Parts: sequence; structure tokens; C-alpha cells
Amino acid sequence: MWSDVKVAFVAGTDIVSQMIYAASILMFVVFMLYGQRIQMYVMIREVENSLRKLKFIKEEGRKTAIETIKEIGKPETDPSSKVDRFLEYFTIAPQSMDPAGIVYKLDHILDVRDSRLKDEVKLMAPASDEVQVNNLENTLEAAMALNFIYRVVRHFYIQGKKTLSLYIIMQLQMILPLVMKEAEAYSSALKAFAYGQPIGDGVGPLVAGKLMHGFETRRVPKDCVVASVPFEGRTALVVKARGPGGNVGKPGDAIKELIEENKGKIANVIMIDAGLKLEGEIVGEVAEGIGAAIGGPGVDAYKIEEALVKYKIPVNAIIVREDIGDAVSPMRKEIADAADSVIERLKSVVQERTKEGDKIIIVGVGNTIGVGQ
Amino acid sequence: MSTNSSNTANRISTFLLMIILGVLALSIVAIIFGVQAYLIENETVALYLFAIGFLSLGLAVYVLFQTRKRVKKMKIEDPKVMTTVECKKCGTKDIREFERGDFVFKELDKCDKCEENKIITAIYKEVKEKEKPFTI
Ligand SMILES: [Zn+2]
Repeated sequence: MWSDVKVAFVAGTDIVSQMIYAASILMFVVFMLYGQRIQMYVMIREVENSLRKLKFIKEEGRKTAIETIKEIGKPETDPSSKVDRFLEYFTIAPQSMDPAGIVYKLDHILDVRDSRLKDEVKLMAPASDEVQVNNLENTLEAAMALNFIYRVVRHFYIQGKKTLSLYIIMQLQMILPLVMKEAEAYSSALKAFAYGQPIGDGVGPLVAGKLMHGFETRRVPKDCVVASVPFEGRTALVVKARGPGGNVGKPGDAIKELIEENKGKIANVIMIDAGLKLEGEIVGEVAEGIGAAIGGPGVDAYKIEEALVKYKIPVNAIIVREDIGDAVSPMRKEIADAADSVIERLKSVVQERTKEGDKIIIVGVGNTIGVGQ
Repeated sequence: MSTNSSNTANRISTFLLMIILGVLALSIVAIIFGVQAYLIENETVALYLFAIGFLSLGLAVYVLFQTRKRVKKMKIEDPKVMTTVECKKCGTKDIREFERGDFVFKELDKCDKCEENKIITAIYKEVKEKEKPFTI
């Protein structure tokens, strides 16, 4: 039986078999000498495909932004050229050779950036109100981020192709899945911002909004609101960014001011935020811990920690687990439902960690787009 | 620039398509040879030829579907976002599609049954879980 197979497949003495044999030897030599180069071309192809997809996402984002501006802002001229200029804006981080005082320098730079971008949006979309200006600014910032990702990936792609260096291409190819995930997250964020839909990151403000809804609010710096709410026999000062426009506010300044107003007589600060979930964990799971739960460039965390240390106020954190894609795309049902379990958890933390009659601060951290108060 | 890149995209896909069609033709030839070998009662060779034929046929079809899928993936789909409207007084609950201008805690017009204003209590998207959960 085996001899039948041999007759059909194993090299014999006829010319065809000889040629097949020679070809297989040649293949072996080619792969030995040029294997790495072939592998590199495969990688370049892979990067090229991703780059093409990035370009598509970026163009789509730009289109959405322009359409939204036309629809809401009712500009007299075509905003396309202004949008293109906006997308190229850059921010230079403060010099960190001597890091003392860098937090306030960074804070200042971010303030200037924010007001500059808002002014620009107002010029682009004159008919928009405050809420819409905030939403449009967020939309354009997402488009800006997509544009930046595209430019950086393109830079390394072209550089890799020019130098034919395996290591440049390999570096890019290795991080590409994460970069693509981030780009997709920004792209869905852009859509949510353009429509003014709440995003997953807004679970903190949503909880704070549920607590403070129906109570009188006042504004605190910067772009935040606070309400004094009776909570489990304690007085809770509930803080969130002012909605429903896209806005994260500056909870650092707000908490600092509230602590100073009460001369440090705060029994506990509880921060609620969306926390990054690891792969394999469940979306919308509630977890509890210690520390200033706030993301961003770190300015707010620094200010909060400074104020807390001054008066030795304990700080607790409650987070809702979600991944980066969920955090910036329209809020998932699991996350919206988690708001109620956060409030339950909040009750038990307050009962365990404070006494009746105490004053506490509850902060809902995150972008409050689509969430009022 | 943009027309240039779209041309490359087209060229690559036709190139790939030609390879797939070639493999498809070869696999069919292999199967035909297999049938022939079977008819002259060389069953082992027939078995091998069938195996090679069906394997490459499957591979070609798989690659074809993969490229089709990739083309489809280039579209960004809008998730369906729902708004829950509630009346706090009589507890009527209504779920409708999101409209621009909706936000959580927004007061709407009067409830049909009572004099209280309706209010938006939740805005969310429902995700059909595509990935299967890992149970390790
Ligand atoms: Zn009613």
C-alpha cells in the first residue's frame, strides 16, 4: 500500500520529480537568506492595512465634526478649513528639569488651552449655546486625538519603509493592536460627543446626579456644582461637573474650596469614578478602595491630596469597572445599572467609616456629558 | 493621495482574489484526480488527493470570507442608544430612542395621567455581547 503512495509522491528519476526536488532546495535557501526580509514585508503589509483603517477612522471623525458644527452652529461660511486648523493644534508641556511647582504650571497651560479651544469653537459655531460649545469642543478634541494617532503611526510606517529597519517596523507592529483599540475608542467617543450622549466615564457624575437631584445646587470652581444632601443621617456635600454639556470640571479646585470653607471639618471624602477593568473582569462591577480616584494629567489628584493631607482627612474610592472602549463610548446598560449598586455601596461605606451628624464630601468624577443635575 | 491609496487597496484585493481562484482551481483538479484514482482502485492515492483537495478548497473559501469580513469591518456602526422616560409620581416608564438634546434628569412635558412632569432617568446603549466570556 505504501509503495502506491511512493509512486505518486516521492521523487523518482523522471524530469518532473527532479525539478520539484530542485525547487524545494531553492525554497529552503531563499527562506534561509531572505526569511527576515520576507517577514518584514509581511509586517509592513499589516501596518499598512492598519494605517489605512486609521485614515478611514480619522476622515470619518473629521466629517462628523464638520457636519455637527454645520447642524448646531449654523456658521455663515464653511467651517472645514477652521476645523483642519484646529486639528493641528498642539500643547507644549512645561519644562520638567526642575519639577518643583510644575503642577501649577501644567494647570495654567491646560487652562489656557481650554479657553483657547472654547473661543475657537464659538467662532466656528456662533449659534451654539454653552452646553453645545462644550459638546463640540469634546467632539473636536476626539477628532484631534485621532488625527494625532494617524500622523504618528504614519511617521513610523514611512520611516520603517525608508530605512527597511526591522526594528522600527517591529516596534510599531507590536503596539499596533493597542493603538487601534484606542483609535476605535476615540472614534466612538466622537460620535457620542457629537450627539451629546452620556459616556461610560460619566458613571461618577451619574451617581452624584442621582444623589443631588431635587436639591438646590450652587456652582463651585471650576465648572462644578455642589449640593448639600442629607445622606444616612450625615450631611453630604455632593460634587459633580456641571452638566449636561461635555465637561469634566476641576474637582480638585472644588474639593479644596469645600474643605477650606468647612475649615477642614470633613469626616471623609468619597470619590466615585470609572476604573479601568482588566480583560476577563465583568463590565459594571463595583469595587472599593482607598485614594484619590481621578484620572487625567494628575493636576486634580495632586490638589486633592494636598488638601486632604493638610487636614488629615481620609479618602475612600468606589470605582465601576469598564474598559477604555466602554469608558468613552455611549454608556452601556450594565454601567448605567451599576449606579444604583454604587449608591448601596456608598451607604455601607458611610455607615462604617463615619458617625452620625458628620459632614462628608461625595465626588462623582468623570465627563458629565448627557448627565444633568 | 487618497485616490492613490484606494487604488492600491483595489490592486491588492484583485491580486489576492486571483491567488484564491488559482488555489480553488487546483483543489478542484486534485479532487478530480482523486476520483480518477478511486476509479482505477488506487484507494490510498485517492484518499491523499481528496484530503489535499478538500483542505485547499476549505482554505481558499476561508480566506475569501476573511477578506469579505475585513471589507465589512471598515464601516463604523452607530450603536442604538435608548432613553428611559419616567414619571416619578405614578411610575409610568417609557423607553424610546435617543434624540439630540436628551440628557439624564431633563424635565419633559406633563405626564398623560397626572400633573407631574416626566423626567429622563437613564440613557444607555445595549450591547449584544459578541465575545464569549472566558471561564478560567
Ligand atoms: Zn404620571
